[in-house]
Amino acid sequence: MGWFKRLKEGITTSTKEKKETPEGLWYKCPSCKKIHTAADHANNKYVCQECGYHERIGSKEYFEIIFDNNQFTELHENLVSGDPLDFSDTKKYTDRLTDTIKKTGLKDALRSAYGTVNGQDLVVCCMDFNFIGGSMGSVVGEKIARSIDFCLKTKSPLLVISKSGGARMMEAAFSLMQMAKTSAKLSQLAQAGIPYISLLTDPTTGGVTASYAMLGDLNIAEPGSLIGFAGPRVVKETIGKDLPKGFQTAEFVLEHGFLDKIVPRTELKLQLGNLLRMLKS
Amino acid sequence: MTYLDFEKPIQDLEGELVKLKEVSSKSKVDLADKIKELEQHIADKTKELYENLSAWQRVQVSRHPERPYTLAYIDHVSNKTFIELHGDRTVADDKAMVGGFGELDGQTVMFIGQQKGINTKMRQIRRFGMANPEGYRKALRLMKLAEKFNKPIITFIDTPGAYPGLEAEERGQGEAIARNLLEMAQLKVPVICIIIGEGASGGALGIGIGDRVLMLENSWYSVISPENCSTILWRTWAQKEKAAEALKLTAADMSKNGLVDGVIPEPLGGAHRNHTEIFETVKQVIKKHLAELGKISPQERINQRIEKFSAMGVVHDMDA
Ligand SMILES: [Zn+2]
Repeated sequence: MGWFKRLKEGITTSTKEKKETPEGLWYKCPSCKKIHTAADHANNKYVCQECGYHERIGSKEYFEIIFDNNQFTELHENLVSGDPLDFSDTKKYTDRLTDTIKKTGLKDALRSAYGTVNGQDLVVCCMDFNFIGGSMGSVVGEKIARSIDFCLKTKSPLLVISKSGGARMMEAAFSLMQMAKTSAKLSQLAQAGIPYISLLTDPTTGGVTASYAMLGDLNIAEPGSLIGFAGPRVVKETIGKDLPKGFQTAEFVLEHGFLDKIVPRTELKLQLGNLLRMLKS
Repeated sequence: MTYLDFEKPIQDLEGELVKLKEVSSKSKVDLADKIKELEQHIADKTKELYENLSAWQRVQVSRHPERPYTLAYIDHVSNKTFIELHGDRTVADDKAMVGGFGELDGQTVMFIGQQKGINTKMRQIRRFGMANPEGYRKALRLMKLAEKFNKPIITFIDTPGAYPGLEAEERGQGEAIARNLLEMAQLKVPVICIIIGEGASGGALGIGIGDRVLMLENSWYSVISPENCSTILWRTWAQKEKAAEALKLTAADMSKNGLVDGVIPEPLGGAHRNHTEIFETVKQVIKKHLAELGKISPQERINQRIEKFSAMGVVHDMDA
């Protein structure tokens, strides 16, 4: 929210005010170090115009990129997580939730909405990495499950955008069972012949990879994304040597046969629209 | 017999018992009453210890080197009729995952499970029960085979996790597990899953979508091992006891939280103390559930299975 406000104000404000908020005006690519105006960067879907580096973005930006005229209806937006295990590590889980909700303005690590993409109906479930590392807890699973019910009822195709470090430790086995829950619900979508597209973005690992992220009728990914089951550090420890260059990148996963396609974010909407049109019964 | 650290009192008493029996046989002094008394004392002590095990102690029991593994259960339950079937038909035969047909008192059943090695060499070959993608794909192939011939499926879960290797990633570990979750949800035959030892993470769940999911009393099931949980949350292995408590990973807790369908009691002092007894218990439990599940139509079983997993999770709707 804050980012966009700053951005829009930045375009119209005077030079004096601009100087006061330089971070809202410029984007420095962490990959090639080139500097772009924030407005140009946003227009290019947060992809570096120089080197193609895809900045990590959240559900707000993805909805704006995907839905026609940024118009959509959010589903189940007021679901928040319980604390079934009364979990506490360095911080109580309930406090962590409250703090994260306040800090991010999000209720949990996934938002769901329906709208149209180049005129085609679509339900989009999009993960937010800002929310406890995009970890999959009960709310993530429940929103996907309810969104699938919505798709079954309305015969709408489903897109899930994954961006997650995996399970949410603080929900332990409840988190684990979200893998079972989402996969079981996806089996119902498959039985009904409703298309499911999975978009894997940076990063998609752990239990998310081992459930809905890999179960698309079409699995597509953003370039350069880290995609894997075990994290690279764990794999490195297992094999006891350095990992080969490019290991667990989207390009690596495509090469090994687990992705249908890598789609740059700048072409995402166009390609989604085309695919949805072709899949229509 | 290998004793766990907390079993020291039992170890001492059993040491005394051995000595007493030696004295008795050599000296011809009748010590029968004394021996009986000590045996009773050992039983009482074992009961006391095992009734009050901490979560971490149960994790230790679940990994006891003399605890029976999958193939031992299958051999007993099938009365040695088991025919092991190999390979995923694509890449390899994964020794960390076993499966095949066997007869359970005359009824053909598909048995599948992770298998840990019984000695140093076999532990390497079976990768400590950590399957590769081809293990999960072999399991799925066998499940589909069972479905084709209308045979129920029993899975035995005992794994520290899916194998986190380089080749496992190349061959799609995530996809293999995910595919099993989706396909198992729609299996037309009854599926019973039993966690007999360790049930760690997606590697366990990958053969764990059943009409009945049951845990042995001293097994554990969670999203991560206590050691790894400790490392992530507290940046050290030292908090593994605390992590084990926090994860609520015991059979009793998992059952209380509605994440498994039941707990199978173990012999006094754990399954490793009496293999025959636990095999027989497991066999009877399987028979009971197969009889119940056989009365439900395939579609109704699938619906109930999906509804059960769909109900898992704790969320609050702020609109409500
Ligand atoms: Zn760049």
